[in-house]
Amino acid sequence: MDKVDKVIELYGKEQSSIITILQELQNEFRYLPVEVLERVSEKMDISPAKLFGIATFYENFSLNPKGKYLIKICDGTACHVKKSIPVLEAIREELSLTGEKQTTDDLLFTVETVSCLGSCGLAPVMTINDAVYGELTPERAVEIIRQLKEGQGNEDK
Amino acid sequence: MKGTMIIDGKKVEFNGEKNVLEVVRKAGIELPTFCFHSELSVYGACRMCIVEDKYGKILTSCSTVPKDGMEIYTQTPRLLRYRKNILELLLANHDRDCTTCEKTGDCTLQALAGKFGINKIRFGGLIDREPVDNSSLAIVRNPNKCILCGDCVRMCEEIQGVGALSFAYRGSKMKVSTAFDRPVADTNCINCGQCRAICPTGAISIKNETDRFWDLVFDKNKRVVVQIAPAVRVALGEEFGMEPGEISIGKIIAALKKMGVDEVYDTAFGADMTVIAESQEFVERLSQGKNLPLFTSCCPGWVKFAENRFSDMLDNISSCKSPQQMFGSVIKEFYKQRDEEEGKETVVVSIMPCTAKKAEAAREEFQTDGIRDVELVITTQELAMLIKEVGLVFDELEDESFDMPFGLASGSGVIFGSTGGVAEAVVTRLLKEKPDHVDKELIFKQVRGLDNIKEASFNIDGKEVKIAVVHGLKNAEDLIRSIKAGEKEYHMIEVMACPGGCIAGGGQPVPMTRKVREKRSMGLYRLDRSSYVKSSEENPAINHLFETLLKDNHEILHVHKVEKNTNL
Repeated sequence: MDKVDKVIELYGKEQSSIITILQELQNEFRYLPVEVLERVSEKMDISPAKLFGIATFYENFSLNPKGKYLIKICDGTACHVKKSIPVLEAIREELSLTGEKQTTDDLLFTVETVSCLGSCGLAPVMTINDAVYGELTPERAVEIIRQLKEGQGNEDK
Repeated sequence: MKGTMIIDGKKVEFNGEKNVLEVVRKAGIELPTFCFHSELSVYGACRMCIVEDKYGKILTSCSTVPKDGMEIYTQTPRLLRYRKNILELLLANHDRDCTTCEKTGDCTLQALAGKFGINKIRFGGLIDREPVDNSSLAIVRNPNKCILCGDCVRMCEEIQGVGALSFAYRGSKMKVSTAFDRPVADTNCINCGQCRAICPTGAISIKNETDRFWDLVFDKNKRVVVQIAPAVRVALGEEFGMEPGEISIGKIIAALKKMGVDEVYDTAFGADMTVIAESQEFVERLSQGKNLPLFTSCCPGWVKFAENRFSDMLDNISSCKSPQQMFGSVIKEFYKQRDEEEGKETVVVSIMPCTAKKAEAAREEFQTDGIRDVELVITTQELAMLIKEVGLVFDELEDESFDMPFGLASGSGVIFGSTGGVAEAVVTRLLKEKPDHVDKELIFKQVRGLDNIKEASFNIDGKEVKIAVVHGLKNAEDLIRSIKAGEKEYHMIEVMACPGGCIAGGGQPVPMTRKVREKRSMGLYRLDRSSYVKSSEENPAINHLFETLLKDNHEILHVHKVEKNTNL
C-alpha cells in the first residue's frame, strides 16, 4: 500500500490524474488488485464504484492477475487475412487457454487479441511483452512459446 | 439567455431556460424522457427527447442550448420512427415480466411503450440474464430491467454524494454496477432509496415486505402495534388520486384497523420524545462546550453515511435514538406486563416514508435479546399496495383517529417529516422559557424551505447559538468539509439524507418533483398550524409518559452502541 500512496503523491490527487495513476499501478502489480483500487478510492476521494467503472472501461486495465509474459496476438484486418486465427488457436492449444480463460494457472502466460499493432507489413504479428514477432506461422509461434517455457525453467535452476 | 425560438412553426419566447427541452415543455409539448431530471446533470443518453432542426439535423433537446431564432420541429415522421425504434430496442433487451413487476403501472418504459403503440418487438431478447440482487434490506436490484439511463448513478453521486453505483464495462457489455460487482449490502450504500425513487423502470425497487405484514396480522398470538411517520400522511393519498400534500391520516388509520391491526399510534409522538431528549442533550453539550456541533440522529441514511465517511465525527451525532426506535422501545416497555398477563407478544410495525428505516430497525443496537424493538418496517408505497390488495376503497373510508395513549402528538413532532422540522422543533423547545424578543418566526422562516443549506442564529442567555439545516447528503458533505476547513462554525446541524426531508423519502410515491416535495411539506406545516398542541413539552401525553414509564428510565431513549455496524 505504500507503493500506492507514493504513486498518488507523485501524480497528485486531482481527479484528472486517475488514468496515469492506474496505469502506473497496473505496471507495478501487472494488474489492479481490489485492495489497491480501494486504497486509491480512499486517498483520492473517488467512489469505489466509479473506479471500478474506469478500470473495467479500458481494455488495458485488468482486475485479474496477468501472466509474466503478456502475449498480444494481432487480429487486425491485415493479420486476419494473413491467417492470424490459426496462430492464436495454436498458442491457446499449447497453453490450454480459451477466449474466457486467458491466463495460465502458473501465471506465466496471458494471451489476448488486439485489433492492430501497427506492424501490418510483418503480418501476422504478435508481441510478447515488449518484443515484436512477425511473419508468424502456427508452428513458429508454438516454438517461441516453448523456448520461453524452457528459458523459464533455466531461470528457476 | 433570452430570445425567441420557433417550435413546430410557433414562436416561443425563452428566458433563462437551460435547454431546448425546457422551452419545448413550456410551449405545452410533453416530449418523452428517461434520463432527464432538472436536478441532475444532463446526460443525453436515452435520446427520447430528440427534435429536428430546419436543416434536418437531429438534436437531443435536453443537451441543446436554446438560441434566438432557432427553428425546430418536435413531431416529424423521422422523429416518431426514431423514438419508436429506441423504445423497441430498449424493450428487446428488457425483462418484460410486467405482470409480476413491482413497478407495473408506475413504469415509464411501460407507459411510453403503451403511448407509442409498441406491440411487437422485432429483435432478439436478452443474451445473458443476470441474477437479481436481494442482499440489501432496503432495495432490490434487477439488472435485467435496467435501461442504462444513469438516473440512479447520478442521483447517488450528485445528490447523495455516496456513489454506490456507477457504469462499468463498455459497449454492449456496459451495465450499472456496484464496486467490484459486489452485492448492494456489501457496499457503501446508505439505503436511502433515492435510486429507486428516480428509476424509470423496475430495475431498482423497494424491498417488499408486505407478506410479513400479513403474517404478523394473522398471528393470533401477536399484538400488532403500528406507528405511522408524519410524512406518510401527506403522500399516501397520491396513490389513490389525491393531491400531494393532501392529508389522509384519518383514512390511513381506518384502513389499518380494517386490516386487523390492534393499535395505531403516531410516530410524531416518538418525535416529541426526541425533541425533549435531544434538546436536553444539546443544552448539556452547549454548557460543556463538548462534541459540538451536535448532529441530529433521526435519519438512518445520514447516520450510515457518517459512519462510512466521517468516522471521526461520530461523537458529534446525537446519542438519541430516532423517533421510530424511541417509540419501538417505549411501546415494548409499555406492553411488557400486559403481554405477560395475556400471553401475547407485542410487535411494532412502522409505516415509514423511508427505505433506510428498514435497515435501521434491523441494527443490533435496536434489538433486545435478539428481538427487534421494531419488528417490521413498511414503506408508504407498500402500505398503498396492502390497501389495494384488500380492496378497500380508500376515498370512501370514514376517518378514524389515533389510539391513546400514544396518539396525541404536537405540531413540532409532525413537522419532523420535512427538512428544517427537527431544528425548528428543538428551537421551539429551547426558546420556550426565553424572553419574547427573540423572533421565532424569523428563525422558522430561515430553516424552512428547500434551499440546499439553511442557517439561523439566535441568542440564549447572551450566547449566540448557530444552527444549520441540510438535506441531500452531498450538501451535508460540503457543509462538513467547510466546517473542517474552519470556514463555518455551528452548534447544531440537522441532516436529512433525502432532498426535502422524509416527505421525499425513498419509500414514498413517485415521481417526486420539486413541486410535489413543496406541496407535501406545506401539508405538514398545515397540520402543525391546526394542531391543538404546538410544542412537544406542552403535550400532556408526553409529560405523563416522562413522569411514569420514563421517570427513571431515560436511558431507553438513547443509543448505547454506536460502533460501526458494518453489515447494515
